[in-house]
Amino acid sequence: MRSRLDLYPGYDVLAKRDGPSWNAKTREVLEERLAIGPETRRFFNDIEWSTMTALAERIVPQPADRGDPVPVAALVDHKLATDTRDGYRNAELPEERDAWRLGLRALDSEARARFGARFHELGAWAQDELLKLAEKGDLTGAVWEGMPSKLFFHQRILADVVKAYYAHPTAWNEIGWGGPASPRGYVRMDFDRRDPWEAAEAKPGREDEAYQENLRVGR
Amino acid sequence: MRIPGLGNAADNPKHATPGDDPEHHPRARDGRAPNVMRIGEWVPMRQHRDEEEVDFAIVGTGAGGGTLACRLAEGGLSVVAFDAGPYFRPLEDFASDESHQSKLYWTDERIVDGENPLQMGSNNSGKAVGGSTVHYAMVALRFRPEWFKARTLMGYGADWPLDWREMWRYYDQVEDDLKISGPVNYPWGPHRRRYHRRAHEINAAAKVLARGAEAMGIGWTPTPLATVSAPHGDAPPCVYRGFCTLGCSTNAKQSVLVSYLPRALKAGAEIRDLAMVGRIETRNGRATGVHYFREGRWRFQRAKNVVVAGYAIETPRLLLNSANQEFPDGLANSSGLVGKNLMVQGNQAVWGVFDEEIRSYKGPPSLAISEHWNYDDKGHGPFTKDFFGGYSYMSQGPLPQLWANTQASAHGLWGEALVAEMQRYNHVAGLKVVSEYMPQERNRVTLADVKDQYGLPVARITYSWCDNDKALNRHALKFMREALSAAGGREVWDQVDDTCHLNGTARMGDDPRSSVVDADCRSWDIPNLYVCDGSVFPTVGGVNPSLTIQAVALRTADRILARRR
Repeated sequence: MRSRLDLYPGYDVLAKRDGPSWNAKTREVLEERLAIGPETRRFFNDIEWSTMTALAERIVPQPADRGDPVPVAALVDHKLATDTRDGYRNAELPEERDAWRLGLRALDSEARARFGARFHELGAWAQDELLKLAEKGDLTGAVWEGMPSKLFFHQRILADVVKAYYAHPTAWNEIGWGGPASPRGYVRMDFDRRDPWEAAEAKPGREDEAYQENLRVGR
Repeated sequence: MRIPGLGNAADNPKHATPGDDPEHHPRARDGRAPNVMRIGEWVPMRQHRDEEEVDFAIVGTGAGGGTLACRLAEGGLSVVAFDAGPYFRPLEDFASDESHQSKLYWTDERIVDGENPLQMGSNNSGKAVGGSTVHYAMVALRFRPEWFKARTLMGYGADWPLDWREMWRYYDQVEDDLKISGPVNYPWGPHRRRYHRRAHEINAAAKVLARGAEAMGIGWTPTPLATVSAPHGDAPPCVYRGFCTLGCSTNAKQSVLVSYLPRALKAGAEIRDLAMVGRIETRNGRATGVHYFREGRWRFQRAKNVVVAGYAIETPRLLLNSANQEFPDGLANSSGLVGKNLMVQGNQAVWGVFDEEIRSYKGPPSLAISEHWNYDDKGHGPFTKDFFGGYSYMSQGPLPQLWANTQASAHGLWGEALVAEMQRYNHVAGLKVVSEYMPQERNRVTLADVKDQYGLPVARITYSWCDNDKALNRHALKFMREALSAAGGREVWDQVDDTCHLNGTARMGDDPRSSVVDADCRSWDIPNLYVCDGSVFPTVGGVNPSLTIQAVALRTADRILARRR
């Protein structure tokens, strides 16, 4: 398996916040998102919350030394609290909020049945085993009330958790995305070309160069 | 020079009008509508009372309804155009943010089923004044002439009751109105007038497509796009910010919101935003007006004619929800075909990793295209065609959320594998098809038991691929896989299940028994009821449908106006 790298050292998309790549609406939207902290919660109850946070850590794991991790569970909570929907659901799935409550309860219950502890109490290996079973649709206990665990895993867990993580500037920094870009946009379109306000990728042996470039993206 | 997005209200929300929330309070009222080209400015709007019998009530303001509203108003008719969505001001309301901009999508509940359930609510469904054109990818292509007679000339699907030579003139007109930016010579199809703006510079992702096409020995070209490469009125040239499918915040994009609708207002049309039409009323076999929900209550607008232009899900839903004693099976449905023959287009992709930095997030997402397989009917060797229909394919530029969701849902990655793979984002390029699926009556829109926030039954959307669709998918994926590898792509993988566009649920034809509307988009059953959007397509072809929807709308307007003279 590939492993996560510090590929864009020193890059912080937020350094461009007050420059010509961010319009007022973007600043407003991101300010609101960044105000969501790890404990911001309106939708999930205590039991669901502990399962949700553990689940998020398995789907989009974050480095242990990250000082200010992306509040993934809270971002999913925000989506559900504001009832922001996808616009469709498979006929076999309940509505989004109901699906989440049912699915988290079922996952917890499967954890107890198979490993004798709640989902968030399990180690990463056991948690992943359960998630792999859900991924294949092999969790079929009565606790699922007929909801296919496969659909829950793919259409609710993956979709909502992954999109929550990659809606956060910390995730944008990690992948070297240019970020918001209105009204300035971009100029250099060709292979291996970057505008001075885009993230510089660390090439082997030249990490310092990238670091220096990345400190300048907000200027 | 005025730089959109900088200065006064757009850059200082404190200057915004208090209580101005386009998602909850209509903006088009009190005799004025937003001037979408200018921050904080308005344009006068003619208004009609509900009791006044207007010439045309049009349901939907997207590619079909918005374009038609403009031309009917310019022809001197009184027009009220309804849209369930907000009246956005792109310069002020559009953030560079994927999550936030999902406000452009139709996200009311819909139920999907069938063997290949569709994904709805994003690329294929708009809920805003201007419709899906506010977030479309701007790919502006003409149909291949033979497709208008697919049954007779090519042996599949159904014939259109339209002549391609007449359509060619209307395509000219739309392209002129939208100032399409395109290549000097377009490689496919019969002679056409030159494009009005130069083609956009192509990005690395588009050059990958070019390399692959050249290695495979087929043609390619910069894509004709409805975003201007040189100024047009108040629209500045595209700045290549790459958020096209999430709403253009500079107005370079020629969506209906910034092209036909300002013209419609100027010509005297009224636009009602946040106005959900729930039912069309009929009496003695004629439509008499529409029931709509706005500002907290149901109202009724009288009209001499009604046009349904809600796109291929909401259009049949409204016709079916309007069933009454006169028309118990829904309006315009004596053929039984309302809601049937729903056609999406294949949107499969291949993705690969490149040594070079690609950074495909820069520029419009589909800057290069090959239409080779729309015009080569035979193929050869491993690429011999064993199916009807064709496809085009284009370069891609997914933003992080979309790309992560693709890696998770279509590539099966999660956990460390996902976050590590995502770090190769800047080295990825892909090719994606827009392919021709066959009309099948079993693919359909019906009414579900579930009700929406207006108390109206929601749409149930049933979709299954037929063998021809599957054979086409295989051919396209195989060809693109080779092309991407030949361009230098490594670890190439297939995204096998994605679709785009919605067409066909109220098809046009020459025979009332096998079609819902005639060549003029007028329903066979109710002489003053029209359908004007992608629903009227008998077949979909292998190109994005918007230009054809707009060309049909221009023609429909001419036919309506000619009949009145």
